[in-house]
This record gives sequence, structure tokens and C-alpha cells, in this order.
Amino acid sequence: MRILLNGEPTQTAARTLEELVAALGYGEMRIATALNGSFVPVRARPETRIAEDDKVEIVAPRQGG
Amino acid sequence: MLTQADTPRALVLYGQEVASRLLIGTAQYPSPDVLARAVKASGAAIVTVSLRRESARQKSGQSFWQLIRDLGIKVLPNTAGCRTVKEAVATAEMARELFDTPWVKLEVIANDDTLQPDLFGLVEAAGELVKSGFQVFPYTTEDLGAAERLLAAGCEVLMPWGAPIGTGRGLSNRYALKTMRNYFPGVPLIVDAGIGAPSHAAAAMEMGFDAVLLNTAIAKAGEPVRMAEAFAGAIAAGRMGYEAGLMEPRDMAAPSTPVAGTPFFDIGGTS
Repeated sequence: MRILLNGEPTQTAARTLEELVAALGYGEMRIATALNGSFVPVRARPETRIAEDDKVEIVAPRQGG
Repeated sequence: MLTQADTPRALVLYGQEVASRLLIGTAQYPSPDVLARAVKASGAAIVTVSLRRESARQKSGQSFWQLIRDLGIKVLPNTAGCRTVKEAVATAEMARELFDTPWVKLEVIANDDTLQPDLFGLVEAAGELVKSGFQVFPYTTEDLGAAERLLAAGCEVLMPWGAPIGTGRGLSNRYALKTMRNYFPGVPLIVDAGIGAPSHAAAAMEMGFDAVLLNTAIAKAGEPVRMAEAFAGAIAAGRMGYEAGLMEPRDMAAPSTPVAGTPFFDIGGTS
């Protein structure tokens, strides 16, 4: 199925956000996630299902002012 | 006249005593090493950070996070770039998990050219975030009505702009800033954004602001580490000047040397 991952069209077979993060190879990286504009905490990723055309954001710490 | 009771020596933000009145941003430095040395030279106890999209291959955020941890310093995550309440709230929630802190520098931006805060969105987002346990540092203007709404929403700190972000123009509306300081004597007020020179920071501190937050003026200086030290000195001098009690300016000259006993005084001077 096709999703928008960080603004880029991406094909994935992952059924949940947890599976998606694992399949993309984030491993132990320090990241946070959002689905369709709403924050999804780490503990909710396993039961957060992904559907066609979902918008997924995966972010990490960055320099800021 | 100021007394010591009016000017507590320690800065307390959301119940936490903060060792420095200079807060600095972590963006735009020439290298991570210069950033780390500038943070140390500034004496800052709090740095602002942000979050951005990251791919699994990229990993640049991971090394930045390690650098911040090695500095052993408090972080204040921002919601820079957010234009709606929903974006700002979701970004703050991601930041809380990512940086493991309830603190958030809340930015809801109204306009890309001025980067002026959207005060309506700011008040709404602040209210939502306070309800879900955040300790909000709102990036706002000098508007007193908005400030009162932010306080009513549960903000315990306000961060009025000196000038638009990145302009380095200093305190562009000193009258309004002074009014705000006088209007909210007990609220920690941090001048955030628009500071271009150490003298601007010193002026804000002399006016009685509790702290100053800046980024570009240090990061983009010819020598960022020296500039960080210069700002630390300016903040200390400005605060000490405020605590010592500044004289009132006056229109007419007044001799500082005693007049009594001036030689030749009674013979109308020399000619």
C-alpha cells in the first residue's frame, strides 16, 4: 500500500506504525511519530494501524532557535 | 526605588532555579564543535532545540542529541515553523517524548515574512498544552491583552520578541517592552528573538527583563565562541545594573563636581 512518509510517497507492507518504523530500519534511533497530523506515542505504535494514503511523520532531534 | 526584595538574584522558571539569565539557540553554527564551545562560553543553562523529519539512513538528529546530552544542559524544545494550533500541539507532543521534558517554547507563526506570532493561535495552543501537562514558554509580542490571556491559560513565563526572528535589530519597541515589564512585575519575562548585539541584551536586562534568549547573533558571529562570552558579560552587567538601581535620566545638565568652593566663583570667572 502507498503512504506518505515524511511527505514522500512510499510503498509499505507494514500493518502498524510499529511495524513501519521497524521495516524502515530506525532500530534504536531516537524518534517520535505522528499519524495524519496527530502525535502517536511510542507505547501506542503497536496498535496504531496504517491505511492507504495515511500521512506518517517520523522526526528526530534537531538544532533550533 | 528598587530593593533587594524586588530583584531576587535567582531566576526561577516553572519552579526550577536556573543558573544563567542567557538562553541560547543551537541552530546555524558553523560546526557541532563550535556550538558546543559556544554553549560553554555563554554559561547558558538552557538551550533551545527543535525536531525535524529524519530518514533511517540520515541519523543527523542522533548525533545532535548525543552532543546535547554530553553538554549536560537543560533543553527547551521549540515548535518553530508551526502555523496552526494543531501543528503546534502535535509538534509539542512529539518534542515532549523526544526530549523527555514538559517544557516547550511555543511558536505559532502568523506570517512567513515577519515570523510574527499568531497571538490567537498561540493562546489557543497554550491552553491545550497546559491542560495536557506542558509548561509553556510562549513566543509572543508585547501585546498586554495577549499576555493576560496567556497567563490565564496557565503560562507562568512569557517570551516577548525584541524584534522579528533573525533580524538582529534589538529592542525595536522599548516603550511597549517597558510597559509590559511594569505591567507584569511578578511574571518571569524573557526577551526572545531579534537580539543582534551584546548591548541589546544588556539593555533588556537593565529594563528588568528576567532573561534573554537568542541564537543568530552568536551562531553567525565572526567568532561565535567569543561572541557567546561577550553576551554572557553583557547579561551579567545589565542585570547587575538593574539590581543596583539605575538613575533617572533628566533633561538638564547638573554638575557632578560640587559647586560649593569653586575657586573664582564670586568674581564672575576669568576674562
